[in-house]
Amino acid sequence: MKQLIDKYVNKLVAQGVCETGQPLMGCLDAELVWNKTSEDIEILEEVVAGLNINSILLSKPASPYSKIINYLTDNIDEEAIYPQDCETRTFLHDIPVISEFNSEKIIPALKKRKAAIIPNKGIITYGTVSPEQTFITYSSVCFACFVKFFADYYKDAESGKINKIQNEIFNTAHTIYSNYINSFKLDTPIYKGKFNNQEDVIKAMIQGGKLVVDCRLVDSFFGNISYLLDNIIYISQTTSSLDELAGCIDPCPVDNSRNTALTASSELSAHKDILLRGTDMAILHGHPKFSVIMSMICDREKNCSTLGNCHNMCPHVRYIDDIPIVSGEVGTGKFGLCNTLPPAIIGKRGAIVYGHGLFTTGRKDFTDAFENLLLIEKMCLDKYISDIKKFKLAKK
Amino acid sequence: MYGWKGKILHINLTHEKFSIEHPSLHTYEKYIGGKGLAGYYLKNHISKKWNSPDMPLIFFTGPLCDTMTPASGRMTVMSRSPLTGTVGDTSVGGKLGINIKKAGFDGIILSGRCNKYSGIEINESEICFKNSESLKGLTVSETLSKLDKIGSTAIIGPAAENGVMFASIMIDGHFAAGRNGLGLVMASKNLKYLKVSGSGKTEIYNPEELQKAREEIFRLASASPALTGELGISNYGTGALYDLMDSRRMMPTENFSKTFFNNAINMNAWHYKQKYGYKKTGCAGCTIQCKKLGRNKEVIPEFETMSHFSALLGNNCIETIAEANRVCNEFGMDTISAAVTLACYQEIEKVKFTPEKILKLLNDIVYGSGIGAELKMGSYKFAESRNCPELSMSVKRQEIPGYDPRGAYGIALAYATSTRGACHLRAYPISHEILRKPVVTDRFSFSGKARIIKISEDIFAAVDSLTTCKFLFFAASLEEYAKAFHGVTGIKTTAQDLMKCGERIYYNERIMNSMNGFTSKDDELPKRFFEEPGSSGNSITVNPIDRNEFLEARSNYYKVRGLTQNGMPTETKIKELDLL
Repeated sequence: MKQLIDKYVNKLVAQGVCETGQPLMGCLDAELVWNKTSEDIEILEEVVAGLNINSILLSKPASPYSKIINYLTDNIDEEAIYPQDCETRTFLHDIPVISEFNSEKIIPALKKRKAAIIPNKGIITYGTVSPEQTFITYSSVCFACFVKFFADYYKDAESGKINKIQNEIFNTAHTIYSNYINSFKLDTPIYKGKFNNQEDVIKAMIQGGKLVVDCRLVDSFFGNISYLLDNIIYISQTTSSLDELAGCIDPCPVDNSRNTALTASSELSAHKDILLRGTDMAILHGHPKFSVIMSMICDREKNCSTLGNCHNMCPHVRYIDDIPIVSGEVGTGKFGLCNTLPPAIIGKRGAIVYGHGLFTTGRKDFTDAFENLLLIEKMCLDKYISDIKKFKLAKK
Repeated sequence: MYGWKGKILHINLTHEKFSIEHPSLHTYEKYIGGKGLAGYYLKNHISKKWNSPDMPLIFFTGPLCDTMTPASGRMTVMSRSPLTGTVGDTSVGGKLGINIKKAGFDGIILSGRCNKYSGIEINESEICFKNSESLKGLTVSETLSKLDKIGSTAIIGPAAENGVMFASIMIDGHFAAGRNGLGLVMASKNLKYLKVSGSGKTEIYNPEELQKAREEIFRLASASPALTGELGISNYGTGALYDLMDSRRMMPTENFSKTFFNNAINMNAWHYKQKYGYKKTGCAGCTIQCKKLGRNKEVIPEFETMSHFSALLGNNCIETIAEANRVCNEFGMDTISAAVTLACYQEIEKVKFTPEKILKLLNDIVYGSGIGAELKMGSYKFAESRNCPELSMSVKRQEIPGYDPRGAYGIALAYATSTRGACHLRAYPISHEILRKPVVTDRFSFSGKARIIKISEDIFAAVDSLTTCKFLFFAASLEEYAKAFHGVTGIKTTAQDLMKCGERIYYNERIMNSMNGFTSKDDELPKRFFEEPGSSGNSITVNPIDRNEFLEARSNYYKVRGLTQNGMPTETKIKELDLL
């Protein structure tokens, strides 16, 4: 258990959502084990005793998430935050905010939801199967709050309602993010295709997935990657970490003659359609923050018949530059992105699914798919900043 | 009262009388319904013999049944198991649960024994006993054809009538209450069938809230490749698991002496689909529709049947598997126990099976002819009679399902600790060890598994008490179902509250088993799994399970579950869970 705790504590730091030394994680089989000593353990032990769980995590988020979350919790009318991104809608539902750090307040909140925010103390989450769940949920909360802050900020800027604190956070947060993403450099060249055998495909996918995580173009473990070779789609498994794909890639025959794809990514159908209908051989999917934020900003919002259901019912294809934005839920089903994404992305370098993430394609390998993931995100970031500047100028 | 009907129907078969009980809301809140309430009513009788007239046979639905909550139309059948001597229960689909609710009841408790071979027909509040002497010996479909089509049925076949220890009760013709031999309990009551119909409605506290919970659950189901993906069980049935077990090198082969079947690639769900065509069907109110019918209305085998009637017996013929499935359903016996018993016989007697031989042996079991008279007692009794009980691949004398425990240690622990004998469904570790939901765990490690298994047992005890389908929990969680529960009943609850109920319900079963002498010596696996490796290959090594690691995990499980190191309940825990 200790090994697992160390693994996920390190991932929280590597992903930039926690500072080194901050995460306090406990894991329980027959005995409760902690990653470090802390005066908070006493209360957390009470929380563990009050819940049927096997792991718990408490940590202050790293900057800029800490400031963003503090701002959001300072400005709520209810006892929860309601982000509108896909991960929140699908998995978190909402994020409760607890007024005090004591077990009597924490236990009821965690009985209802996977995570809660305790102002000035951090985010608290738990797992029932593995400490990995704490890492995933923690990371998702940071992502959801980041997206909510910037989506709200955009609308406030447009209507001239920005306050000083918002401005300070905006400046800090986008600067940190811009610096990271603009300074990202490849350590080694991306493998060149076209690949002719399974071994090379898997090697390239492992590298491609890791690049997406290293570049912080995906939160927690979500995102996926695929490649088409000889009528077999190689695709990352569901809930696999894109930076740990060894042993987590499913070969799926396109004629469905094997069900091994039962563990494949929930987006297999969309990938399959794109790869079989188009001419590309590779797909990357991440959750770059500003691609997601910009997808949620729409000038049709006034007088729109699907307002409130933009994520699944919007019939329009919108564009940022040449990149289409479509609605669509995770996976299959009537409103699944498997219906909307393939027709939008074929012939394009990428497409964004509302509130969810960005898909890019590669002709022979992951070189152009990764470059486009990064370029489109930079483009969305630039567009966001430039719009904000315009709004501010217009108000002067 | 919202959600529940507030009425339990007690039928005394001996005197052909009935009474209606109105349990308190507190009892409903404490045990929820389904498995929980059935266990509550069984506990006072559990020390009686399974064939005592006073041993009840219990049919229970849950509060979400007959509502728009996704996949909530299931029910529990419970009694003492003839096969294992433990608490015997099975969660089953079809429409019987919904019809019991529509007739105005949360559950039906049958006790006593009919003086002559009978059927019971319940229509709304009208209860009739029907002479069924003429139905004796008829198969399930033959019996169904003699009854009118209104409502829903639970029927036993010739297997139960002839004393097969793993006889099932068939719901609506092809939904099997298969495990634990509950069909034999029904036969011991001289009862051929139970038929229920009604037209009442279940009152809902807050339809809007329920609708929201329903949308959340559907959203998660749509995001689940295992459920609704193009290769998921919605499209291929549970047979979709066949290729995974093959690729993970954990397909029980030749009585669990190997874990890889060479011909599996030609016998997967895709081949069934090509051969028979697939039409979706399933429980009332379910959108997953995991059950598959062929173009000629053949019932397509479930994963367990596909696996055990192929790899376990060394059979390469799909048609034989489909026919074995039909025979087991028609004559009313559990496919898992039937196949494992045949495999045990095959290994001990070194018999070579042909497709014809497999089908003849099934027929012999049903009618107790030839070797069938011994095999109908199950694999343990048979192996014991040949002085090699270790070759019965069973736990607490119930045969092991289609996941080799050497390939997933959570399953190993779950098989051992299951209160009804070998069972993959009590804790369903396949979800995280193989299907990666909610996240993946290391299948070749016991690290953390004690608590994971305990928590999962609690969750699924709650799920079986809500009478919801476990498959939905590949995607959703009790968090979403707690919201549905509130929408239906108006009772505030959380996922953790429901898990606490699950813990109580599961512990109650440990108490019942302890009352019949079950201890840690029964929470065991066949020694083959500790001594022989599985079939390694494809860069996967399948070692024997480390005995010491298993014992340490089991010891940890007892600690986490609040049992003594001998597996016995403690006064402290009994008080804590309000089970005095």
